[in-house]
Amino acid sequence: MPAGDGSEAALLAARRPLARPYDGPRMASLSRDEVAHVARLARLQLSEEQLDTFTPQLAAILEHAADVEALDLADVPATSHPYPLKNVWRPDVPRDAGIREAVLDQAPDAEAGMFRVPPVLGEAP
Amino acid sequence: MSPVDTARSTAAAVRAGERSARSVVEAHLGAIGERDGELHAFNLVTADAALAHADEIDAQVAAGHDPGPLAGVPIAVKDNLCTAGVPTTCSSKILDGWRPPYDATVVQRLRAAGAVSVGKTNLDEFAMGSSTENSAFGPTRNPHDTSRVPGGSSGGSAAAVAAGFAPLALGSDTGGSIRQPAAFCGIVGAKPTYGAVSRYGLVAFASSLDQIGPFATDVADAALLLEVISGHDPLDSTSIPKPPLSLSSTLQQGVEGLRVGVVKELLDAEGIHPDVASRTRAALEALEGAGAKIEEVSVPAVIYGLSAYYLIAPAEASSNLARYDGVRYGLRVDAPTTGEMYDRTRTAGFGAEVERRIMLGTYALSAGYYDAYYGKAQKVRTLIIRDFEAAYERCDVLLSPTAPTTAFELGAKADPLAMYLNDVCTIPSNLAGHPAISVPFGSGDDGLPVGVQIMAPAMGEATMFRVAAALEGARA
Repeated sequence: MPAGDGSEAALLAARRPLARPYDGPRMASLSRDEVAHVARLARLQLSEEQLDTFTPQLAAILEHAADVEALDLADVPATSHPYPLKNVWRPDVPRDAGIREAVLDQAPDAEAGMFRVPPVLGEAP
Repeated sequence: MSPVDTARSTAAAVRAGERSARSVVEAHLGAIGERDGELHAFNLVTADAALAHADEIDAQVAAGHDPGPLAGVPIAVKDNLCTAGVPTTCSSKILDGWRPPYDATVVQRLRAAGAVSVGKTNLDEFAMGSSTENSAFGPTRNPHDTSRVPGGSSGGSAAAVAAGFAPLALGSDTGGSIRQPAAFCGIVGAKPTYGAVSRYGLVAFASSLDQIGPFATDVADAALLLEVISGHDPLDSTSIPKPPLSLSSTLQQGVEGLRVGVVKELLDAEGIHPDVASRTRAALEALEGAGAKIEEVSVPAVIYGLSAYYLIAPAEASSNLARYDGVRYGLRVDAPTTGEMYDRTRTAGFGAEVERRIMLGTYALSAGYYDAYYGKAQKVRTLIIRDFEAAYERCDVLLSPTAPTTAFELGAKADPLAMYLNDVCTIPSNLAGHPAISVPFGSGDDGLPVGVQIMAPAMGEATMFRVAAALEGARA
């Protein structure tokens, strides 16, 4: 039996020892409407079929994260950066970076030194 | 596998004028031409530019100048590293047509050291995945068995080195994306300390976790490449203000008296395949035989690593990928209004896994859930760092498997969560910001390579590479 095969069940079973057993109350499982709302926030137009696929997948991932949600960490500080670096400063001196044309060359549409986009508000009704 | 000279021997021969950089590059382009149609390690092979660069190197040698420690050595560069004027796609349709106006710092440093880039390698879209199957341009295949994945997300870079397309490659590692493909492809891959290598010009996935690192056929080559790319860079505010790492000079000092701990939570986990566990134990015995002191240690909080990672990384990704809006570069899908253009562009440009992670991250950061998910995950990170610090009071380095299994078949992990479980051993080092390296150590019953992971505290690369070299030397 190849080591990469037949281990799927074992891998999924790894959720038990790798996530602390947890039987307490859980955050309400994700609804299809919530997924549709999040898609709008993320500016993605998901099809009905994608909503059907994503809803249980995202719910399963969040359920796996329930072990973290269940921890009492009131006295633990958050780590937002793994290395204790202080803020990095430099003098704020205006200068010409000399790359405006190179940057605008990459734009889907540019005009008169600016990025050009479709109307922001659309046509008047 | 086609046998390759090491980067060290190639650079020495080119610097001494015994071998031309052109002949080295031509040989590797030949290997790529023969087999990359089958493997798809590269998104783009820059043959003409590589040959022109090789000629420059040869001209320098002829003029009595030293082109540098990697003179004439071909290198494959992951396609999420910016290369001036050369398409950089992140294996995503959303960067269609984009040519960065600048080089990543690591790309500049490679050039300054005389290395010759031969092309840009395939990856899971925006480095999100563990198999390179999430590429918009199709998967990369494992050179050891083309029915298998090379791992990911830096699967193209790992496959390129394993196939002899280049002796060196660069990858990026956010949750294991260098170490796991190195293990699957039977080569060496290292994730440095967060901040040891500049991220300037690395397309951002999860900014507090991403780190660039080396792939090579052996430990000494990986050390040489890391020396070249490491060191402070004022263009990356998270770059550690220290000189480049010094690794090669202490590489052969052995492990006599060093304390090596095996992390029991990562070795005894139910998902670890018995072949992988037994090779990891064999590695421990080999190090003990070489004079190291072995003990079992507990790093209890690593059991929360996977959950914390799959909240933090998508959260940061959802923020970083908000920049892809069709305004300034890459794909634009036209629409009557700007808002509609954003929506259509992002929907057409991102693949399913990227969409899934953007959704997950947007949810985890949204009102009412931030404290329960993202906030708590950041606190778990503190727990993991504390537990590692306790373990490093007793041990110089820690050992574990790199990945739970050997390389799996293409299509075997359709369930996203099953794919994520691949990263269970590699994620803790990213969350802690610590360095870790995968060294090949034999194979499973299936004949496929097994990698063993060596972890060290922040900026502990020199000791970590010493242990890696000793383990490599003990390989039967």
